[in-house]
Amino acid sequence: MSTLVLLLVTGLGLGALYFLVASGLSLIYGLMGVLNFAHGSFLTVGAFIGWEVSRRLSDGSWWALVAAMLVGALVGALAAAATEFFLIRRLYNRHIEQVLVTVGLALATVALFEGIWGTDPTYVTSPAWLAQTTEILGARIPNNRFLLIALAVLVLVTIVGFLRFTRYGLIIRAGVENRTMVTALGIDVRRAFTVVFAIGGAAAGLGGVLASIYYGYVSAHIGSSLLIFAFIVTVIGGLGSLGGAAIASVLVAVLQQFANFYLGGTGDLAVVLALAAVLLVRPRGLLGAKGSTA
Amino acid sequence: MTEHGMRGQGLSGQRRLIIKIAAGGALVALLALLPLLNISIPGVFPGPTYTPGTLQLLAYAMLIAALALSYHLLFGLAGMLSFGHALFFAAGAYGLGIVLRRFSPDWLSPGATFLVAVVITVVLGFVLAAVVGSLSLRVTGISFAMVTLAFAQAGSVVVRRNPEGLTGGEEGLSLDVTNVPSFFVGVLNTRNLYWLALGVLVVVYLVVLWVERSRAGHVVAATRENDLRVRVIGIRPYGVRLLVFSIAGALAALAGAAFLLLQSGVSPRVATPDFTLTLLVIVVLGGVGLRWGAVLGAVVYTLLDQRLTALAGSDLIAGLPDVLRIPLSQPLFLLGTLFILVVLFLPGGLAGLAKLGEHRTPRGPRRARTIAAEGTTR
Amino acid sequence: MTDPIRTESPRTESIRTEPARTEPILRVRNLYGRIAGQQVVEDVSFDVPGTGVTALLGRNGVGKTSTIRSILGLIERTGEVTFAGSRVDRLPTHRIVQRGVGYVPEDREVFAKLTVTENLRLAERDAHPNRALVEALFPDLVQRRAQLAGTLSGGQQQMVSLARALLNTNRLLLVDEPTKGLSPKIVGEVTEALLAAAATVPILLVEQNLQVIRRLADRVVVLSGGRVVFTGDAADLLDDPELIQRYLGVHSGADPADTTTDAAVPA
Repeated sequence: MSTLVLLLVTGLGLGALYFLVASGLSLIYGLMGVLNFAHGSFLTVGAFIGWEVSRRLSDGSWWALVAAMLVGALVGALAAAATEFFLIRRLYNRHIEQVLVTVGLALATVALFEGIWGTDPTYVTSPAWLAQTTEILGARIPNNRFLLIALAVLVLVTIVGFLRFTRYGLIIRAGVENRTMVTALGIDVRRAFTVVFAIGGAAAGLGGVLASIYYGYVSAHIGSSLLIFAFIVTVIGGLGSLGGAAIASVLVAVLQQFANFYLGGTGDLAVVLALAAVLLVRPRGLLGAKGSTA
Repeated sequence: MTEHGMRGQGLSGQRRLIIKIAAGGALVALLALLPLLNISIPGVFPGPTYTPGTLQLLAYAMLIAALALSYHLLFGLAGMLSFGHALFFAAGAYGLGIVLRRFSPDWLSPGATFLVAVVITVVLGFVLAAVVGSLSLRVTGISFAMVTLAFAQAGSVVVRRNPEGLTGGEEGLSLDVTNVPSFFVGVLNTRNLYWLALGVLVVVYLVVLWVERSRAGHVVAATRENDLRVRVIGIRPYGVRLLVFSIAGALAALAGAAFLLLQSGVSPRVATPDFTLTLLVIVVLGGVGLRWGAVLGAVVYTLLDQRLTALAGSDLIAGLPDVLRIPLSQPLFLLGTLFILVVLFLPGGLAGLAKLGEHRTPRGPRRARTIAAEGTTR
Repeated sequence: MTDPIRTESPRTESIRTEPARTEPILRVRNLYGRIAGQQVVEDVSFDVPGTGVTALLGRNGVGKTSTIRSILGLIERTGEVTFAGSRVDRLPTHRIVQRGVGYVPEDREVFAKLTVTENLRLAERDAHPNRALVEALFPDLVQRRAQLAGTLSGGQQQMVSLARALLNTNRLLLVDEPTKGLSPKIVGEVTEALLAAAATVPILLVEQNLQVIRRLADRVVVLSGGRVVFTGDAADLLDDPELIQRYLGVHSGADPADTTTDAAVPA
């Protein structure tokens, strides 16, 4: 029982990370049809700079952690908005080229991160409480899992609220459904593109800081390794569906934890098999719209 | 072509073909003679062309070119943006490595065993591609890209986990030379390996040419432009796509097998999704949709990568301030930036640049593809 | 130019008072449109006068919708499009619309996952949109304001689509097959709404239903093979069964082959 609870909560924590990456990917894809390979780099740069700032403030305190998260989200948002503005926008509606540019950016930035911060992991110091455990139903659960889950839920609620109650949110929701018609109503949908990139980048940057708490370190590849799972999550959840991304994040992460524990560390393979199964049964994903299998 | 009259066109077309074949033959002959010549191009090659170092580099470039050609079948011809092609290259390299270790029957001579092992490896690549393709091709466009990426990642994970000691994990797998013909073993035989790589490149080129000219090739090129048009004439695009995907997988496996021989081993790096991204960079750098664009891209990329790595370690760079030193000491940063610039400003790639002088515009077919891609992704 | 002689139109009088030769609100010259490299609009030229309804007619697949979409820049196009005296053929779609164009697309294209209210809010460009007018025209929508547009009937969706165009003060409406697939009763309501709108704003209308055309159109532009083959007063075409047969491929009554048109003709 305690193992079950531990796996479940740890899975939820990992799912929270996946969601922070996948939410942006899914929104960006849904609105713009862009598969963003550079999304992992937004996460990495957010994590690195977030921790740099935090380290200079006061290492290991709660204040420093909050600062790291805020800076991480801000840096992620800026990096993403700049990417949209300077690279993606120039290739408006040329989806393949847009993907290619993000691929180039991902390769270049990871190399740059290695140049700046080195190839070895940089270990981070977070408040002591996060490294301790709390006992729930006999399971000793690392406290950082609770932080991850709480913040992912907060991000989900914030994004949903933004989409539901603001004009930009309205434009984005409409644009995900039918971008052409939004334009035909006299709305410059490109501004919404920048907003979506910024939101996705902020979530990823925050995710970067949290991922480094989860793993205990930052590295130049932390973003790209999470990105692949985020891709799988978005396909399973249904491209462009935020709710789908949330559900699939949890399912994938929990499945991964269970397979790792009970099936001899085969978590990654189990996830790919799950992806194959979803494709066979339901190519458009759990909550994907009809006709959006492409 | 169009400036010629109707009467002259057939003849001129035939003449062009003959010239093309002659030029291709001459190029291959020249490349074949290279190990016997003493040509030095400082700054491009590490030494004269007969030295093992240069031959190794050139052979490496040719195998990457063969791999890029097989990727061209997917992306250039069929418009399938696969992020998992490295999987089949790795399957070829690891496949041959494993088969050579495990398959050594008494009733076959070492030479025959080697040949059978190569055949098994290529068939393995084909079958693996057929399985992966049959699942991935259920979706198109961007989903397809993500799904192939996921499979490649799974392959990478398997390789690193070293199941039953098959793949050697992080250490990689070294070549078991028991059944490998002796003329393919050792630094002294780099020349033979060079010729092998050239042979593989020519074979892959011819197969790719044959596929492009075949009925399946025409159909799959048509599905790139317009899925519906193909459905209308009663062909399911799925079948031909799967066939092309599988052939490309087999060709990649062949290149991978030769790669194992050339490097006397293989590391898990070739199984990573990053390696596929490199392929994509090569094909786009050279010029999407053109066979020799893929070859050109591979050669340029490999040489650049090699030279930039040498540059990164040089004293010149080490003496620079951080702002310059850090980016310049990262070859992938420079290559990635170059790639972005090519995508933004040189849509036809290097081949397109060459064509720009020759013809008017290289953008026509690319435009159409982009719009077709839009049609399938939305 | 605009000289409607049809007496059944309630607007006739107001139009008669306009100067006989007003500057056209929309001038289209040598317009070409392409979709995925295929030519779908070929050298189309016509004017839309500053008042009344101009119907863009032609057989199915002749390029009427593509013409409208090229005018708006929704498909790749070349040629000259002058709207209210200035060239718009290089502008992106949203900028053209912002200059005062209302667009009612074929197949309505409401946002299925947004509520009726959200659909309308999204369309509001003016500081003071005509919410009262729209609510008066389509009382049904007021009742269903919180409903997702995707769950509405076809007729109600068409009302949302029309309302989106009528909320703002436009200088031109582009209305593409507003009665397609609707029941006779709804066709009547849509027709009356357009008639009311036409009193204040010129309309370029694509329509298959001859009865609706008769009721609304002052002038007609007929396309065939992507080109304009006939331009003139609506009556000149509609009173000539032979012309109707030749250009539209229908008999002056209802076309038995075209069930959509057939079913949609108001009794």
